[in-house]
Amino acid sequence: MKAELNEQALLKGLANNDSKAVEALYKSHFNMIQHFVLNNNGSFDDARDIFQEAMITLYEKVQSSSFVLTCQIKTYLFSICKHLWLKRLHQMDKYSSPLSVHEESISVDEDIVAFEKKDAAFAIMDRALNSLGEPCKSLLEGYYINKKGMQELAKDFGYTNADNAKNQKYKCLMRLKKLFFTQYNIGD
Amino acid sequence: MEDIKLQETIEKYLTGDLSAQERELFEVIRKNTPEIDQMVVEHSMFLHHMDSYAKRRHFTKLTEKTFQHLLTAGEWTVDNALPSNAKMIQLWNKYKKVTAIAASVAGFIALSTSAIIMYFSPSLNGNQLLQLSKAIEVIKKNQQVQGHLLNEVKSKVPENAKLISGGSGFLIDPKGFIITNAHVLKGNGAIVINNLGEELNAHIIFTDKDLDLALLKIEDKDFSAPKSIPFSIRKKMTDLGEEIFTLGYPRNDNDIVYGKGYLSAQTGFEGDSSSFQIQISANPGYSGAPLFNDKGELIGIISTRQKLAEGVAFAIKSNKIIDLIASVIEKDEKTEIKLKISKGNYSTTANRKDQISKYKPYIFSVRSYN
Repeated sequence: MKAELNEQALLKGLANNDSKAVEALYKSHFNMIQHFVLNNNGSFDDARDIFQEAMITLYEKVQSSSFVLTCQIKTYLFSICKHLWLKRLHQMDKYSSPLSVHEESISVDEDIVAFEKKDAAFAIMDRALNSLGEPCKSLLEGYYINKKGMQELAKDFGYTNADNAKNQKYKCLMRLKKLFFTQYNIGD
Repeated sequence: MEDIKLQETIEKYLTGDLSAQERELFEVIRKNTPEIDQMVVEHSMFLHHMDSYAKRRHFTKLTEKTFQHLLTAGEWTVDNALPSNAKMIQLWNKYKKVTAIAASVAGFIALSTSAIIMYFSPSLNGNQLLQLSKAIEVIKKNQQVQGHLLNEVKSKVPENAKLISGGSGFLIDPKGFIITNAHVLKGNGAIVINNLGEELNAHIIFTDKDLDLALLKIEDKDFSAPKSIPFSIRKKMTDLGEEIFTLGYPRNDNDIVYGKGYLSAQTGFEGDSSSFQIQISANPGYSGAPLFNDKGELIGIISTRQKLAEGVAFAIKSNKIIDLIASVIEKDEKTEIKLKISKGNYSTTANRKDQISKYKPYIFSVRSYN
């Protein structure tokens, strides 16, 4: 019961970007993944990468309102990592049939699909932002990602007043939206 | 200028920054103007994407920071022993044709590999290997049970002899040559028992404790030599993830047991290149059992398992059998052993059930006594 409460607290912390929760999850589960990846043709860096992806998948899962975790965090993370790693081995042509491991795992296909869909949208956003050029990129990042106010941004960027900054932001935003939606709709 | 005001209002509306009055007014406009309604939907979608994009960027940064922090705090050892080993092997493959360089490279590999293993192994110190031979008590008990069941058949174990150890083994030559693990043979004498429960006297010809392999020969008038061995020995390495199966005698009632698993690493315990790691539930008694790939080729001999990790076992590579037989023949040229080496890839995979019933008679329970 206590362990269950602890897991719930961890997930809550994770949903709120609590660095202590993230650290606790790394501390208790990264070694298992490292062991798994090293034993299956991978390196320490591979383990770091796929564990990070699994953490992001879990993070995005706990963000959604319909979130339920039907197993232990450990099992969930392991299942995601196993899935991701097998996929990578496949891409590198390093294995031919499914691999068995001694950790318990569950089917995570649905979550992987959700993650990949988001990933694709994020990649488009990333590309769109990067092709804007400066100052558009930094201005929009400042506003939408780092959540700064127009006043502050005007000061940071050296506009004489917030209205001028707003005007610039508007132009940049229109370009970004156009870039994003063109790509996004093609991708769909 | 109007567009920018409109865009600003839409954004404020979506982020909930409009006053109640403004909001009401805007909703009326939205209702009556399809273009504006579309703009709202589109911008809502955009903001949603932007919001989760921002969240992911923040979280990714957080994981990177956390990881780096824990790494510098010494939470993990960067354990790249396996991949480094693989690089060494690549290096080896690259240079092995140049005989003159080969010797020096080999020396270098030996030195650096052991250095790497020594450097990185502390984290593995907790792991221990468990030999899969059976303990004395178990066999003693078994002997009593058998005594009851088969009291009319006299055991071939000499009367005053004590059974010490046991495991599995398999024929590699129709004349009665059997391969098992060296650690299965802790005594001076040995008997083997086939899948029908018939005991046969065997002679220990050769043991190599370093390879952990041993060669026995059945020397018994009751032994009817088969015409040939149904399986061949694979010389080449087996691929990671390939399905494997084994037949051995882990149980006390001397029934042959089938087990299935996967090859999980191409090196053995702490990077040992003469063995590989398998994922199979290996119980004591499986020591010396043959390991076959999907095509039914012999790829190894089960020998040990990791003490703490259930399901992780190690098998000696089949090419070590070839090495062992070569050294036996070198010592005694009169020994006539013909190994059946796999010629390459079979295109067909036999039905597993048929394979098992075909292989069964060639797999023996091995017992050693003093």
